Amino acid sequence: MAMDSLPSGNLSGIQKDELMEQVQQQIAVANAQELLTKMTEKCFKKCIQKPGTSLDSSEQKCVAMCMDRYMDAWNLVSKAYSNRLQRERNRL
Amino acid sequence: MADLFSNTSTFDDSRKPKSGEAELQEFLMVEKQKAQFNAQIHEFNDFCWDKCMDKPGSKLDSRTETCLNNCVDRFIDVSLLITNRFAQLLQKSAGGM
Repeated sequence: MAMDSLPSGNLSGIQKDELMEQVQQQIAVANAQELLTKMTEKCFKKCIQKPGTSLDSSEQKCVAMCMDRYMDAWNLVSKAYSNRLQRERNRL
Repeated sequence: MADLFSNTSTFDDSRKPKSGEAELQEFLMVEKQKAQFNAQIHEFNDFCWDKCMDKPGSKLDSRTETCLNNCVDRFIDVSLLITNRFAQLLQKSAGGM
C-alpha cells in the first residue's frame, strides 16, 4: 500500500468516506474469499475419500458440518490469538 | 459467523477529528493491521485444523478446542524461541568477527 502517494488533499469529505468504505469492503471480500478457498480445500480433504459419480448425501452432510466446524475453529483461533497478543502486550 | 469480519475489539478504532490526510493515513494503518491479523488467523487455522481436527462432528468437542488453543500458543512460543535463538546466533557470529 503506497500510503504516502495518496492525493488525499484533493479529496472531499464525501469522497474520502467513499474511499474508506470501499477499502473496508474490498478487505472484507478478500477475507471471505480466503475463508471460502481454505474451507473448500479442507472440507474436500476431510469428506471426500473417493470421489464418486456424484456428491452423495453423507458427503454433503459431512461438508456442511465441516464448514460449520471450520468457522468455529476460525473464531476460536481468532480469540486465542488476540488473547495471546493481549498477554504479550501486558508483559511489556 | 457474526464475529468473523469484525475483529475491531483488538484495535483502537476511536476516530478523533483530524485533518483529512492524517485521518486517511490512520484509517489505512488500522485497516492494514486488521488485515494482517486476519491473514495470521487464516494461517493458524489452516495448520491447526490439520493438527487438531479429526472427523468434523456436530460441534467442536472440548478436546479439539483445547488442541486449537494450545496450537496457537505453542506456535507463537516456537516463533519467539526461534527468533530469539536466531538473534543470539547472529550476535555470536558478529561478535566473533
